[in-house]
Parts: sequence; structure tokens; C-alpha cells
Amino acid sequence: MTTQTVNQHESHAHDEHEHHDAGAMKVFGFWVYLMSDLVIFGSLFAAYAVLMKGTAGGPSGADIFELPLILVSTFLLLFSSFTYGMAVLAMHADRVAQVKGWLVITFLLGAGFIGLEIYEFHHLIAEGFGPDRSAFLSSFFTLVGTHGLHVTFGLIWMLVMIVQLFTKGLNDKTRPRIMCLSLFWHFLDIVWICVFTFVYLMGVL
Amino acid sequence: MSDAHASHDGGNHGSVKSYVIGLILSLVLTVIPFWMVMSGGFSNMTVVVTISIMAIAQVLIQLVMFMHLDFKTEEGWNAGSFIFTALILAILVGGSLWIMQNLHANMMLGG
Repeated sequence: MTTQTVNQHESHAHDEHEHHDAGAMKVFGFWVYLMSDLVIFGSLFAAYAVLMKGTAGGPSGADIFELPLILVSTFLLLFSSFTYGMAVLAMHADRVAQVKGWLVITFLLGAGFIGLEIYEFHHLIAEGFGPDRSAFLSSFFTLVGTHGLHVTFGLIWMLVMIVQLFTKGLNDKTRPRIMCLSLFWHFLDIVWICVFTFVYLMGVL
Repeated sequence: MSDAHASHDGGNHGSVKSYVIGLILSLVLTVIPFWMVMSGGFSNMTVVVTISIMAIAQVLIQLVMFMHLDFKTEEGWNAGSFIFTALILAILVGGSLWIMQNLHANMMLGG
């Protein structure tokens, strides 16, 4: 009887351990993907740095960048990174309703960021300053657009996680997914720090 | 039990406090660069150096406060792979700029 209890307890502890390992391995694997993504962004930054003077008689950064708009975008993304952190803390406290709430707020902030980016791109293209205008604009649209695409896919992923929280709740499958998306989202904010500093701020100097 | 729970994904998760500190520091390190550039009262060299340092500082703050990067999680493999990637980035970006600058200077390419 006693042995059985001990065995049960051990097997339970073993299960916990395996779940923990599987979840941790997923998150670590996702981290390695992020590192390779970082190399993509690094290449795009290098291309931009090389081509930024190639305006081909067209506008330079100082002519087209609207810093107040970029400042608002930056705040939206930064606050969304913070609210996602709150979602993760709520997840570790097992408060599903709060996780959903924070994820919805994060989604709205991220959607606001993408809305402003679409407005900016549309405005530039409408004025004839699209990616086909010069090497500078090609590399600018590629770099900022790649970041925007990442954010867009992050938003889709976030919607999927909100739906999964309603259908599956918090379990060993959904928890690592929320942790991976957390890394993805903070990572995009970190890339954006480099974008607003090296592209926008230095572009208008 | 609570211990096993806390390390569900193999890392530490910080606290409300660490997120708030990270947010406030990030806000400060965002507002100052924008203010320096938009007010326009500084020499270009000062601005470039200051905002570069602030960007690097903000990246590090978010890595630690938001992404909880440390040398304990996964026995340091997270941090190790990050440092390796940073090295690759330095070679990639630094090397590209170096080569292309020489090319511009020596071959008299336009632009």
C-alpha cells in the first residue's frame, strides 16, 4: 500500500518533469529560431546602411520621415511589450481571464502600430516615394516592411492563442506557445529599438 | 509543486516590479533620443554617439527585464547562442560596411 502510494507519487513527479522538459525544449528551440531571425534583420540593416545614401535624386530620410508618428508607434509597441509581460505573469498565476484580457490589450496596441505603419507606407507610395524610387527607399521598405510583417504574424498568432485559451484553457500545450509568442513579441520590440534609432532618428540628422 | 510550477518553461519570469522598471527605463531611453533629434540643438556627432549608446542600453534592459535572459536558464545555452549571434552580427554588419565603404572610396561609385 505504502509502496504503491510512493510509486504513484514518483510517477506523477516524473510526468511533471517530462512536461517541464518538453515545454522548456520548445521555448529554447524557439529562441534558436529567433537568433537566426536576428541574422536576417542584421543583413537587412547592413543593406540599408550601405544603400541609404543612394537616393538617386529622390527624397532622403530627412525629407520623408515623420518623427512624431514614429514616436507614437514606438510607444504603442513598447507598451504592448509590457502588457504581454503582464499576460505571462497572469499565466504563471493561473488566472486565465486576466491572460485573455492582457492578450486582447496587447493585440490592440500591436494593431495600432501596424495601422500607423500602413498609413506611413501608403502615404509614401501615394506621393511617389515607393520602394521602386531609389536604392534608399528599396532597402527602407524591405527592412521596415519585414519588421511589420513579423508584427502582423505575431498579431495573427496572438488571435489564435486567445481563441485557444477559450477552447483549451491553460495546459501543457498552450503554456509553451504563450511563452514562445512572448519571446517573439519582446524580440520584435528590441528590433524596433534599432529601427527607430538607426533608420528614423539617424535618417533625419 | 509550486517550485516545479514556477519553472514550467525552464526560465525565471520576473515580477510586476521588474516589468515596470523595464518599462520606465525603456520610456526614458526612448524619449531622450527623440527629444535630442527633434529639438536639434546638438552636434550630429554628439547625437549619433548618445542615441547609439541609449539604443544598446535599451536593448540590454529589455533582454534582461522582459525576456529574462541570464546565464542560468537552460544552463546558459540561451545566453550562449545570443552571444554567438551577436558575434555573427558584428562580423556581418561591420564587415559589410567596411567593405562597401572601401569600395565606394576606391572605385568612385556614385551615391
